[in-house]
Amino acid sequence: MDISALVLADSRYPGGGHVHSGGLEEAVSRGLVRGERELPGFLLGRLRTAGELAAVFAAAAALLPTDWAGLDAELDARTPSPAQRTASRAQGRGTMRAGVRAWPSPVLDALLSAVPRPHHPITLGALTGVAGGSPADAAAVAGYLAVSGPASAAVRLLGLDPFAVNAMVADLSAELRTQATRAAATAALPAADLPAPGSPGLDLLAEAHARHHKEEVRLFAS
Amino acid sequence: MNFDPTATDPDAHEPTPATGRAFRIGIGGPVGSGKTALTAALCRALTEVRLAVVTNDIYTTEDADFLRRAGVLDTDRIEAVQTGACPHTAIRDDITANLDAVEALEERHPGLELVIIESGGDNLTAVFSRGLVDAQVFVVDVAGGDKVPRKGGPGVTTADLLVINKTDLAPLVGADMAVMVSDAHRMRGTLPVITQSLVETPDAPDVAAWVRGLLR
Ligand SMILES: Nc1nc2c(ncn2[C@@H]2O[C@H](COP(=O)(O)OP(=O)(O)O)[C@@H](O)[C@H]2O)c(=O)[nH]1
Ligand SMILES: [Mg+2]
Repeated sequence: MDISALVLADSRYPGGGHVHSGGLEEAVSRGLVRGERELPGFLLGRLRTAGELAAVFAAAAALLPTDWAGLDAELDARTPSPAQRTASRAQGRGTMRAGVRAWPSPVLDALLSAVPRPHHPITLGALTGVAGGSPADAAAVAGYLAVSGPASAAVRLLGLDPFAVNAMVADLSAELRTQATRAAATAALPAADLPAPGSPGLDLLAEAHARHHKEEVRLFAS
Repeated sequence: MNFDPTATDPDAHEPTPATGRAFRIGIGGPVGSGKTALTAALCRALTEVRLAVVTNDIYTTEDADFLRRAGVLDTDRIEAVQTGACPHTAIRDDITANLDAVEALEERHPGLELVIIESGGDNLTAVFSRGLVDAQVFVVDVAGGDKVPRKGGPGVTTADLLVINKTDLAPLVGADMAVMVSDAHRMRGTLPVITQSLVETPDAPDVAAWVRGLLR
């Protein structure tokens, strides 16, 4: 694995990820996730749906295609919740702001002139690719971030035992590895033919989060 | 219109919007010390400055609503950010959400001169990143106890300005102002300290003057 993948996956990477819970805050406020019992299911479900989609597009972006707008539009089409699109673009832009300083490149300039606020997985893939990492590296980063963010949010919102939660994330290693391999295998497909896994449940949680934020306290942006 | 270069007619045009970005001031300090009250006071006092505000309060809309109700700032000049339950992270380690908010305000209001960023209330170790703000104010209050300046911490020792607020409460809580001020100066060396009561001087004249000095 390329070291750039470690930098991107680090929770201390200053790309704005810490203010997103990936639907976990809404799930907690509805009593769907109350503690250590429900969290592994939430994380696995997220990894296999939103995480899979992120891995697929991060892997494709790591090949540094020239049609960035086309790739971004295909991911947009696979993200039905407007709130999730907003959250993904906010994280994509934040991750890119830090990334262009770390790995300056004309490739990133071209991406940003085509798509000023790229989706998060596309940013992750492009940065990994520019830094010399592989599509599998990019997919692993995207998949890992799809679960590490909500896991950290669960510790903060529910006061869970951080050792237990950390072990849950580590437990997903095998799943993450096969996912990265799978995503790398589809990376070179035409963008329109890339897989389209989805999770209506997470889409609805994202919409509910955005709606409730207007009425009561929400600590996370998504 | 007079084309004579020596003529001294008043300039008929709006000043060119300052190129580059607005000056950014961070206001930090513990919960309840008076950060929002000071922000409102500055909005009232600095009428000649084109300014906007970013708030990081847990009730993201609470401080924003206060500023709107106080009638000191238009709604579209206030941005509220969510900090994921980590107020110090959002102003120090990962400033992305706050930078996004500042940039949104700058895009919406070309020629903006000043952005005030109010942190969520935190402990004495919370300071703003220099990547987010050009100058920072740390607000503590008399009611928090007169030992606060002595405790130190990066907020008290390194902020560009320390404000000791709510001096009107000193007799009620038995705080010794002379001790607070001399401790503050001892901890801060040559950095400035302002004591104020927003009840007695609601427009925070001393802090406003300090800010004007930075903008010149
Ligand atoms: N007595 C007194 N109260 C003040 C002063 N400044 C602020 N307050 C009050 O202190 C409370 C907390 O102020 P606020 O600005 O919301 O604190 P923040 O949490 O730091 O933003 C409010 O009720 C203010 O009206 C002051 O100088 N004197
Ligand atoms: Mg406040």
